[in-house]
Amino acid sequence: MSSSAPPVATLEAIARYEPVIGLEVHVQLATATKIFCGCPTSFGAPPNTNVCPVCLGLPGALPVLSREAVELAIKGALALDCRINPQSRFARKNYFYPDLPKGYQISQYDEPLGEHGYVDIVVDGAARRIGVTRVHMEDDAGKSIHDGFRDSDRYSYVDLNRSGTPLIEIVSDPDMRTSDEAYAYLTELKQVLQFVEVSTCDMEKGHLRCDANVSVRIKGAEKFGTKVEVKNLNSFRFLKLALDYEIARQVAVIESGGKVEQETRLYNPDLGETAGMRSKEHAHDYRYFPEPDLVPLRIGENWLAEVRAGMPELPARKRTRFIGEYGLREYDAEVLTATRAVSEYYETVAKASGDPKTAANWVMGDLMGLLKAEGKEIAESPVSPENLGELVKLIAKGELSGKLAKEVFPKMFSTGERAGVIVEREGLRQISDTGALEKIIADVIAGNPKQVEQYRGGKTTVINFLVGQAMRATRGQANVALVTDLFKQKLG
Amino acid sequence: MKITEQEVRYVAGLANLKLTDAEVARFQADLDGILEHIGKLNEIDTSNVEPMAQVLYDAEETATLRADVPAPPLGDQAALANAPQPGAGYFKVPKVIER
Repeated sequence: MSSSAPPVATLEAIARYEPVIGLEVHVQLATATKIFCGCPTSFGAPPNTNVCPVCLGLPGALPVLSREAVELAIKGALALDCRINPQSRFARKNYFYPDLPKGYQISQYDEPLGEHGYVDIVVDGAARRIGVTRVHMEDDAGKSIHDGFRDSDRYSYVDLNRSGTPLIEIVSDPDMRTSDEAYAYLTELKQVLQFVEVSTCDMEKGHLRCDANVSVRIKGAEKFGTKVEVKNLNSFRFLKLALDYEIARQVAVIESGGKVEQETRLYNPDLGETAGMRSKEHAHDYRYFPEPDLVPLRIGENWLAEVRAGMPELPARKRTRFIGEYGLREYDAEVLTATRAVSEYYETVAKASGDPKTAANWVMGDLMGLLKAEGKEIAESPVSPENLGELVKLIAKGELSGKLAKEVFPKMFSTGERAGVIVEREGLRQISDTGALEKIIADVIAGNPKQVEQYRGGKTTVINFLVGQAMRATRGQANVALVTDLFKQKLG
Repeated sequence: MKITEQEVRYVAGLANLKLTDAEVARFQADLDGILEHIGKLNEIDTSNVEPMAQVLYDAEETATLRADVPAPPLGDQAALANAPQPGAGYFKVPKVIER
């Protein structure tokens, strides 16, 4: 890898250019087995244990396509609003690399699984639609380790556990114009794919990998500039940093009278730079041809309808529905649809409580606060959504004051006990019985003649003091609104 | 000759093969013969025939698919048994940095 001079492009120069960005995203499908054999896809197994003749590329071994992988790929494509092709075809992409034991990757070329989809993004309040050119299936290569062994200066180490892991590659149209848009696209893509449970999209485990095609052109120009492929964008932060660096580099090259070369560059997160890869002369002649060991993949209407029926509601639609159906604010709807688990938890609370807005506040506030403090996911919440729903319902029915509910909830969280059980045992039920309250109010009036006089003399704010006295007498259990009303009646 | 010497060298390069000049000449003749023989197929009019890569078109669309059920893998001992240079459970290969 050669180190290049850092780009020197002024902000003014960069501002004259328009970047054109397209992303290629590889996503590992959440299957139990590999795409063409029954080897487990489990992460972290000792090297070269989850392998068989198929994924080792031994002569004569034949691939058999996994139905689950196909169905997850269809779901992923549908979630991006792609058209599913009734017939797609696998093809061999030929190249030599030690972690590719077959000598070719089984991918899809001229007939991909899905095409013509899109992802909607919002950046700085502006909505944009990013086209998805295609979604195709392929197998992953193994893993090469170049560093960390005593003889790493002379040898690379190859682990083929990952060889044959099912992937979909999602290719976007060159529709993005800023690194922020690319960031938003990848964020949205990840959320949608997690929602439909096509993939865990865990970037640290390499379940979501991203390459970018970047070019720049003078603003207003129609023709695209020469594109450069940037690899190794394996975190959201790196994606943005690498794109910004590469855009500045290309502008600097052009501004200094040079020409951007079509090449593949690798992002180096330590240096914050991209550098050209020494590519062999014929590296890009993949000689694609139809995979003779696999039948064309046909997806008929019935099968497609079956898969479609198993799709959950997608986050964008859910957000809109939460706003319309439950009267949530847009921000709240966004937080409550961030993951499928959160959205399902919230909706159960909303339905059980009959008060969706209060339910939203409890899920986003008290629940998420305690979960965060304990480093737990919502799926691990000690308080079930039904139980939180019960708590919110007690508040809505006036049986528990909002103030006491704040004390009840942490107890539910630490014990997992039901709200009603704690409220009964600790005698926290709100007193909303006028008869019982009248006696207390009469006592407060009798005991505070001075304040009563002030109130009657026109200093109405004194009522807060009197209400406070009544609340104290009931250990906070009295219904505040009712107490206030009663005082006004008695003193009015 | 249908195939050029240059094409033979190019294809050999793609296949990671180093050929002597004599071999290049031999393969040029061999490949030329093969192409000419296969070329006979072009004499048939196939303009109305769908390309066929398989003979199983009439089966159920899911008939050739596998259930997502793990099978016991070979394990590393068997996997590495024929490796020219195993090490620390890995296949060791001469240092590579990029493809």
